[in-house]
Amino acid sequence: MLSLSVNGQSHALDVPDDMPLLWVLRDVIGLTGTKFGCGVAQCGACTVHLDGQPVRSCVLPVGAIGNRTITTIEAIGATPAGQKIQQAWLEVDVVQCGYCQSGQIMSAAALLQRTPNPSDADIDAAMSGNICRCGTYVRIRAAIKQAATGTPEILQTLVSAPQGAAP
Amino acid sequence: MNKQPDPAPVEPANVDLGRRHALQAGGLAIAFLWLGTGGTASAMISARRQAGDGAAAQADGNPSFAPNAFIRIDTSGKVRLVMPSAEMGQSIYTGCSMLLAEELGVGLDQITVEHSPPSDELYGIPLLGGQITGGSTSTRATWQVLREAGAVARSMLVSAAAAQWHVDPASCTVDRGTVHHVASGRSLGFGALATAAGKLPMPDKVQLTDPKDFKLIGKPMRRVDAVDKIKGATQFGIDVQVPGMKVATVMACPTFGGKLASLDDKAARALPGVIEVLRLDNAVAVVGEHFWAAKQGLHALNIHWDRGENANLTTQQLRDGLADAARHGKGIPARNDGDQPQGTLVQSEYRSPMLAHATMEPMNATVHVTPDQCEIWVGTQVPARAQQEAAKITGLPLDKVIVHNQYLGGGFGRRLETDWVEQAVAFAKQVPYPLKVVWTREEDIRHDRMRPMYHDVISAVVDADGKPVWYGYRTSGSSVLARFAPAAMGKDGMDSDAVECVAEIPYDIPKGKVEWIRHDMPTGLVTGWWRGVGPTHNLFVVESFIDELAHRAKQDPLAYRRALLQKSPRALGVLNLAAEKIGWGAQPLPARTGRGIAVAEPFGSHVCAIVEAEVTPQGEVRLRRVVVGIDVGIAVNTSSIEAQVQGGLIFGLSAAMYSGLSIKDGAIEQGNFNDYRVLRINESPLVEVHRVINAEPPGGLGEVGTAIAAPALANAIFAATGVRLYQLPVDRALLVQSPDALKSVAAASTDTGRVPA
Repeated sequence: MLSLSVNGQSHALDVPDDMPLLWVLRDVIGLTGTKFGCGVAQCGACTVHLDGQPVRSCVLPVGAIGNRTITTIEAIGATPAGQKIQQAWLEVDVVQCGYCQSGQIMSAAALLQRTPNPSDADIDAAMSGNICRCGTYVRIRAAIKQAATGTPEILQTLVSAPQGAAP
Repeated sequence: MNKQPDPAPVEPANVDLGRRHALQAGGLAIAFLWLGTGGTASAMISARRQAGDGAAAQADGNPSFAPNAFIRIDTSGKVRLVMPSAEMGQSIYTGCSMLLAEELGVGLDQITVEHSPPSDELYGIPLLGGQITGGSTSTRATWQVLREAGAVARSMLVSAAAAQWHVDPASCTVDRGTVHHVASGRSLGFGALATAAGKLPMPDKVQLTDPKDFKLIGKPMRRVDAVDKIKGATQFGIDVQVPGMKVATVMACPTFGGKLASLDDKAARALPGVIEVLRLDNAVAVVGEHFWAAKQGLHALNIHWDRGENANLTTQQLRDGLADAARHGKGIPARNDGDQPQGTLVQSEYRSPMLAHATMEPMNATVHVTPDQCEIWVGTQVPARAQQEAAKITGLPLDKVIVHNQYLGGGFGRRLETDWVEQAVAFAKQVPYPLKVVWTREEDIRHDRMRPMYHDVISAVVDADGKPVWYGYRTSGSSVLARFAPAAMGKDGMDSDAVECVAEIPYDIPKGKVEWIRHDMPTGLVTGWWRGVGPTHNLFVVESFIDELAHRAKQDPLAYRRALLQKSPRALGVLNLAAEKIGWGAQPLPARTGRGIAVAEPFGSHVCAIVEAEVTPQGEVRLRRVVVGIDVGIAVNTSSIEAQVQGGLIFGLSAAMYSGLSIKDGAIEQGNFNDYRVLRINESPLVEVHRVINAEPPGGLGEVGTAIAAPALANAIFAATGVRLYQLPVDRALLVQSPDALKSVAAASTDTGRVPA
């Protein structure tokens, strides 16, 4: 039996030590927000936090985790950096198909956590392991900056048109 | 984006619901318009109540008020909207919701969206002859009908309220899900009116909102699927969990058309978590308690393939065959304006590679086959086709095949196919439990239905000023259309997609001859639709060649195009807008930095992209900036337009920079993102999108950016280096610094501000 702490909850699991965390999360615990994209740490869709550090869960054997705590996309909104990133993601409407976005948000939240005001070079370094086939990169970059500064970077989306006059 | 308000589009506000909608065609859609009476043209979305509506609504929670196939309102006032198209990132759920909500009189924050069940009759797109999300047709096809559908519902809810209050319906107003009678201060929510409205007859005519009063349309509305997607809460096909479900992963014969010869599964079956090993003629599946067990099991199999007739196939053989066809084959004419005139003939040959879609979500489907039913959970661009194919495989009647569509983790045309669904059904048929079949990334790339490879010979006769007076185009490639929709093939076996955006061009060139030389791939190598379809391939050739002609004439590529676009005001408009916004010619650019233009009219829209790229002395290409001028006519969601153009361009640039599949020993060589490279954020340019504002009907958008990307890049690389790229992806070896190349670029264009080394 293996014990994992995921999003503040402890799980006792009967799984092989060499099983990647991704599949324990998705197929055993049932947390499907973390995505499978490549299986070889090339695309970043499976990114989760291990003690706050971004890791590719598709190549992380659960036996190597030990006591470190795991945070997934389902709980990142409870952290200050995660909350800011998710809010900015909504304001500039980053997502398209959305499949890679769990991983993008996890990488971005980790970046903001350690680098509160990231430069373009910081963004490149932190985010280049996350592939987006829809090509949302322009808005990802803008959203990270907006999350950092609180200042609108680009076109802001509307949730619902205001009453009466046009916005 | 431009932020000034749109002028009011001009259109009749009072709509007779019986008439057919004239739709502006383009792209893939043109092919299907040729269906005529012989095809399945009866498939048609409609604002009216249709046969099958009642059953569909009943199966969908039996709401009190379901005036058509798109709107469900129950007594709680909850408004559910059923989406005719599939959501694969293009924001069509938001666009369709805006059209419905605008006329219904609700906010986007007051609705929930649902995937449509399989039905060509209720959710078929007339342009495509069925329930198909593709060809950048969704907004064009639904722009009118979904507003009418919303207006029908609003009219019936208002009538119900007016009857209750004994007032004139015309004296009532609707706002955010509530009908008001201002004069008497009364109001009733949609929930309170749903039952009464559900008993009313359908109106013959409805009043559509005057565009100047639009509250949603034309605004940058937030996506209706955004909140779930940022929380990891959206259910994609791969996330489906069904009680008792097992997980399988598969390997099909690596060679095209090969078969399973023998299989030793002893070691695999002995692994913990492995439940079963299943066989098809050409594939095996290992079923496990979870994906990891299944994948370990797959590795432990000892498989012997009969590699079949293509066992020795190589990319070079395919290339040679296509080149021979393009040069010597008998073409099917798409256009022929008479004999080639006298003059100087300029000719070039271009090659485009096979491409994988590489959607972020690998192919997957969950299927439960029982003796009397087949239930399928899958993200698909073609729910009705998936249902039909599953019925064939299981032998069940159509109505016993239930398809639950899901959010798609990328489509790009890959999910217009049903091959993996068919495979999953064939495996699931062998087991009593629900089976989730998930392909590995390697399987996803090696068994993609690839974008075909092409070889094109393009030519022009130019006058003394270097202006073309005739153009010729011979394109050879396999036909996706002939397999996907044989009934849509044109006269003499013409595939309209093969010549899209080249048979008709915006340039004022008096005469031309355009031919397609059909050259099928070997049996088993199935080619498919890939974002931008025909235009993506043809525009690389046409717009690269126009650039060649400009440089040959020693003219600035912008001025050269402008002169030829005088009769195409919308193409000229986007060209001028993009040139102005990038500041064409205003400032000298650094050494080995260049700008490339491409302009075209794909999918009923008009677009110009200008790419600014720097090429290092070592031949690496850096994408500095892209400025786009786009004219899509009326904007539904201005935020989505920007996002689709940006994303589409990056998808196209990604392919042009890196992507290409190759075949060795009959099998695809690439397998994952390490050897099938795609663009990453650190390599991605800023993309500025500027919109031409007018009141024309909406054009298509999902593929426009992709289709225009490669030629703009190739032209930028030429401007930076003097090296013309005649094949994709970019071959960096050709771009290593050469003083001769730089001399030629300086000589060819002195007026665009480039500084030679």
